[in-house]
Amino acid sequence: MMLRAPIAAIGFALALGAGFALSDAHAERLIVSVSNHRVTVTPNYSGEELVLFGSVEKDDKTPANRTYDLVVTVSGPRADMVTRRKERKFGIWVNTDYRQFLKVPTYLALFSNRPFDAIASPEVQRRQQLGINNVLLTQRVGPDYADVVPNDAFRSAFVRLRSQHGLYREATSAVTFLTPTLFRTGIPLPGEVPIGTYDVEIKLFADGALVARTDTAFEIVKVGFEQFVANTARQNGFTYGLAVAFMALMTGWMASIVFRKD
Amino acid sequence: MQLYLPIADIPVNVFLILAMGAAVGFVSGMFGIGGGFLMTPLLIFVGIAPAVAVASVASHIAASSFSGAISYWRRRAIDPALALVLLSGGIVGTALGVWTFTQLRALGQLDLLIALSYVVLLSTVGGLMFWEGLRAILRARRGVVVPLRRSGSHGWIHGLPLKMRFKRSKIYLSVIPVVIVGLVIGFIGAVMGIGGGFILIPIMIYLLRVPTSTVIGTSMVLTLVTMVIATMLHAVTNHLVDAVLALILMVGGVTGAQFGARAGQKIRGEHLRLLLGLLILAVGIRFAIELVIQPEDLFTIRETGGAG
Repeated sequence: MMLRAPIAAIGFALALGAGFALSDAHAERLIVSVSNHRVTVTPNYSGEELVLFGSVEKDDKTPANRTYDLVVTVSGPRADMVTRRKERKFGIWVNTDYRQFLKVPTYLALFSNRPFDAIASPEVQRRQQLGINNVLLTQRVGPDYADVVPNDAFRSAFVRLRSQHGLYREATSAVTFLTPTLFRTGIPLPGEVPIGTYDVEIKLFADGALVARTDTAFEIVKVGFEQFVANTARQNGFTYGLAVAFMALMTGWMASIVFRKD
Repeated sequence: MQLYLPIADIPVNVFLILAMGAAVGFVSGMFGIGGGFLMTPLLIFVGIAPAVAVASVASHIAASSFSGAISYWRRRAIDPALALVLLSGGIVGTALGVWTFTQLRALGQLDLLIALSYVVLLSTVGGLMFWEGLRAILRARRGVVVPLRRSGSHGWIHGLPLKMRFKRSKIYLSVIPVVIVGLVIGFIGAVMGIGGGFILIPIMIYLLRVPTSTVIGTSMVLTLVTMVIATMLHAVTNHLVDAVLALILMVGGVTGAQFGARAGQKIRGEHLRLLLGLLILAVGIRFAIELVIQPEDLFTIRETGGAG
């Protein structure tokens, strides 16, 4: 497979290594909650906004008058995706090159209280995956699995297309500190949001270093009629197909009766 | 009014989809075609995934062709024998088409092939129909009367063996070309995700010399059966038929088709062919432009599975 951009080989190991940098000297603790842990998709669902709120708990070991920065990462269910690029061949535009993205989040949102550059050094940003440019988006590159540099044409096109649908977003002023230790942020979910479990990772920084982190999650589920239809379609394809075909015949028959003019 | 579609996984405006169904239904009722070649691109334009659009449109076409077929049956405008022979080829063609579709998808150039076949088929059929309609109108203006069925001008098709009498159509014809036509239409329909009525009707009129009185009704039977099979296949293999979307399309479609059929009866045959030719040609040209002009975005994303 041909690769045009140089590959900064950030392997899985780095991702696993993130998080061990925690120092035990400080003892901040994060307590968070999402306004709704179970978003139900009903017939009139057209997007929703969740609220994440929480506070920083200090104890006697915590240095006084410390100012905090907070980064919230929301990642939706993962899926494999292909990004294709069109090129002109024989006068028409055809898909020529493509790149496969493996197990990447279908929804990705990063929120912070100020720009990532002000929160931590580029090195820490990279290690803690602060900002969409630093989030690991694994691609299949020949026999290897790796992420590429942020300005790679396929990676930036992928992020841009997802952002156009509101599925990837980054806001560096979305987290508000109500008091020095109390914070909140909104999590906007567009109408075409993928169904599944969403992981929310909250990282607390002080003086450019990670001091505490915690996780929470929420799920988006179909209920009632939506769930029934989706489940039947998946589990009983034949019966479902028969039902739809029957529905089509009934609709056609009804129409011919209603509009009959003899 | 927004409504969330359970399989397409997006909220849509019900009235917009109803209106689209009615508009395409009007056209399909007027010309006696399924209208899949109009509906599928419209749904994709609204933001529905192409695979879901193709799968759901199949059931929509089944509904409108059934409603059409019933009224043609009442008017005795369906030739059951001809329909059966066409179907025997059509079913095999559909199965072959679905198999080819799967093979092509593995090669990764399915989109290009579909776009190219749209351009070639639609511009050829549309262009021929437009030209023929125009000539017929000009002839009528000049007052030249040309009988549609030129007796004695039998082509090679009428020299083939295995002849069969199709009573209602009042033709005596070999079954070989009929089966082959059914096979080709079934194949094209399954690969391109369309009913194929707009290709079948001219072939039946000009190649098989089926009288216009039974052409539309009989072609509707073929469309109905192949689309029911396509719905079943899509539901069983891909699980992508959206019942809610299909129902909205059907209700709009069958309503529009009734008004379309009435409007169609008021227009003279050659004008109708001219209009249909123009419409098909326009869609073909639109696909051609899309291939030739630089797209707004050179990149596209497609989910390849592994969700969850």
